[in-house]
Amino acid sequence: MSLLRPLIVCAGLVSLWQLLVWWSGVPPYLLPGPGLVIAAWFTHAGLIAGHALVTIAEILIGLALGTALGAASALCLAYFRTVRPWLMPLLVISQAIPVFALAPLLVLWFGYGMASKVAMAVLIIFFPVTASFFDGLRRTDPGWLDLGRTMNGTALTILRRIRLPAALPAFASGLRVATAVAPIGAVVGEWVGSSAGLGYLMLHANGRMQIDLMFAALLTLSLFAVALYFTIDAGLRRALRWQADT
Amino acid sequence: MSQLDASSSASLSAHISGATLGFAGRALFDGLDMTLEAGRWTCLLGPTGVGKTSLLRLFAGLAAADGNRVVTCGDGEPIAGRVAYMAQQDLLMPWLTVIENVVIGSRLRGARPAYERARELLDSVGLADRADDYPRVLSGGMRQRTALIRTLMEDRPIVLMDEPFSALDAITRLRLQSLAAELLRGRTVLLVTHDPLEALRLGDRIHVMAGSPARLDEAMTPAGATPRDPADRALLVLQAELLARLAAADGSEG
Repeated sequence: MSLLRPLIVCAGLVSLWQLLVWWSGVPPYLLPGPGLVIAAWFTHAGLIAGHALVTIAEILIGLALGTALGAASALCLAYFRTVRPWLMPLLVISQAIPVFALAPLLVLWFGYGMASKVAMAVLIIFFPVTASFFDGLRRTDPGWLDLGRTMNGTALTILRRIRLPAALPAFASGLRVATAVAPIGAVVGEWVGSSAGLGYLMLHANGRMQIDLMFAALLTLSLFAVALYFTIDAGLRRALRWQADT
Repeated sequence: MSQLDASSSASLSAHISGATLGFAGRALFDGLDMTLEAGRWTCLLGPTGVGKTSLLRLFAGLAAADGNRVVTCGDGEPIAGRVAYMAQQDLLMPWLTVIENVVIGSRLRGARPAYERARELLDSVGLADRADDYPRVLSGGMRQRTALIRTLMEDRPIVLMDEPFSALDAITRLRLQSLAAELLRGRTVLLVTHDPLEALRLGDRIHVMAGSPARLDEAMTPAGATPRDPADRALLVLQAELLARLAAADGSEG
């Protein structure tokens, strides 16, 4: 049943899409039907795969770096009280500036290659991970910390055995948000300036009125984003299986 | 039980002398003295907010008194590292199985957990088949039994308990009291409680704490071996007396 439901939802959406195309009579260069898109997907499979690999690499590297950076800054915030009043406004400012507005600058600084897209993804992943993980670290049950102290735990073992696992559920919700937004960062970066990637391919196809190719690229991106999300989610669920299901 | 008790350390007394502690702008204690006699259970009762938990935390090294070190042990050494602590909440970590919760102390000290002893102790309280369960599937009584075994695993001469059974239903509480009396026999115990009957079942010395700054009254010392029978007449007479003391303490509190 757990697998059947998403399938039903997908089938429903595809049918709706096909019906819309039939009923409205929109020309295929504005909205191609699912059949045309699948056909384009097979025709351009090699092309799409090549660009997809670039985008996937950007997303995965961005996710890894952004999560690592977010986790590290959450730990700094939690453990170095003197750093907190300095780092907190920086964090808020970094979020107050719309990251998309920075995209052209990032491309200027980091070039047309992958680096600027990874930077973009890192920038939007960083905050949700930091905020939720820090929140989790801050809310360790004081009773557990008391217990850890009477048991002669060191700061390091208390972090490893108590504070980190206790913060894991909060970290997980941050990571889920990060996973969902990571593709946005990569693709927006590609739109602003690039020579490879699904975002680039979509822009290119759009300009040449190859709308079926554009949709095929979009479909690929969506499929990957969904697969990534479910993989991360499954991993987190496994790590948090001690939690009561709600 | 004797085999399980064999490893317990020699009894050790602990003293607080001249403890002065302020809380929220008023003096909680001002030169307070208290002795935990070696190998005995000392029970502490008193109105809410009088400072019972603060006193326990002083013994535990979880709070510092104003001024110098005020806690010493019978052998003149500091108390740090020689207490085990048990709170009202079982403080089981939900991400660890029962057995991993029981050995968390060794984990925190970076030592190798003594799983064999842990299983032995769990077996002695009827939790052997729950060793690999997560705490969330346990009943309140099982959870507090697990916490008791975790306390025992620490194998410390002094055990500090802050209302450990107050969240349990009456029958489970009586069972846990008997179990604790048995398992912690020979150790120096401080039990903070709100329940006069619990104090009379388990305590060798029972203090009522009252006033601001708080003072301890002369200890009540019920006769007979613990855990005492709750139906014992002498116990019920003492309970009436203890209740009167508590009512007086509450009155002096305003």
